[in-house]
Amino acid sequence: MNPDKTTQMASTGRECWHSTLQLAVEEVFDLMLGSTLGIPTEPPSEEGLDITSMVGLAGKLCGVLTVRCAPKSAVLIASRMLGVDCDHCGAEVWDALGEICNMVGGNFKNKISGLGDGCMLSVPTVISGGDYNLRSLVNEQIRVMFLFEGEPLAVTLEVHN
Amino acid sequence: MDNIKVLIVDDSSVMRKIVERSLRQAGLNLAQVVEAGNGMEALAALQGGKVDLILCDINMPVMDGLEFVKQLSSVENGKGVPVVMITTEGSEGHVVQALSAGARGYIRKPFTPDQVKEHVLGILTEKP
Repeated sequence: MNPDKTTQMASTGRECWHSTLQLAVEEVFDLMLGSTLGIPTEPPSEEGLDITSMVGLAGKLCGVLTVRCAPKSAVLIASRMLGVDCDHCGAEVWDALGEICNMVGGNFKNKISGLGDGCMLSVPTVISGGDYNLRSLVNEQIRVMFLFEGEPLAVTLEVHN
Repeated sequence: MDNIKVLIVDDSSVMRKIVERSLRQAGLNLAQVVEAGNGMEALAALQGGKVDLILCDINMPVMDGLEFVKQLSSVENGKGVPVVMITTEGSEGHVVQALSAGARGYIRKPFTPDQVKEHVLGILTEKP
């Protein structure tokens, strides 16, 4: 990871939230998995992103942060986090995905000036399967698409004010 | 650093394993690793014996990390054991709260093994 990016100052304006969210995700994958995320040149298909991890935000910033990926990517994420082969990742996959979402949420809010103390994160929830609708009272949605080992990974911050 | 007994408190089993691995990567020779899923379990675990170091999350069910640190000195085997908080709650307010409660160090998630090494070795080599 470019060291200049990791030392980026906290941003306050919402126009910076997209890049701040992107940086927050990249740092988590870099530091906790040793993985460099790619940015797709064209929006990838979101079909098959059947693992959804989410944390709620409450306080100065209310909303939901979700991380979505394919089951195969979820196992690989857990494998990288734990430093074990994919074959040895069982129920810990859920825990790992929840922690990823939790760390992204915490890292993001800590980069936004004034949010750290005034915004709380919920315990993460992980859903498997894609046949559901998630409805939250959002005013704004920030979505960043990544490539994790060539597979799509979607991170979305839905903000309700 | 040899034969260190450590208590790792986090509601995520994955994070407990990552913290343990980071400690080993930091060069600590761990004689014993005790795990607890929340502050209440951690207080109970200390009844089984004293540890040299505690690494503790903040946001946990049943009893959070700040409450655990506050109660630590009142339980057998808890007094004087250094606690390092490892948490996503990285704001200055949370750091002040943790240090005021009695924590000796604070590591923000995500973290690198080097950050764990820096905090932990510094605390373990401090003279009482």
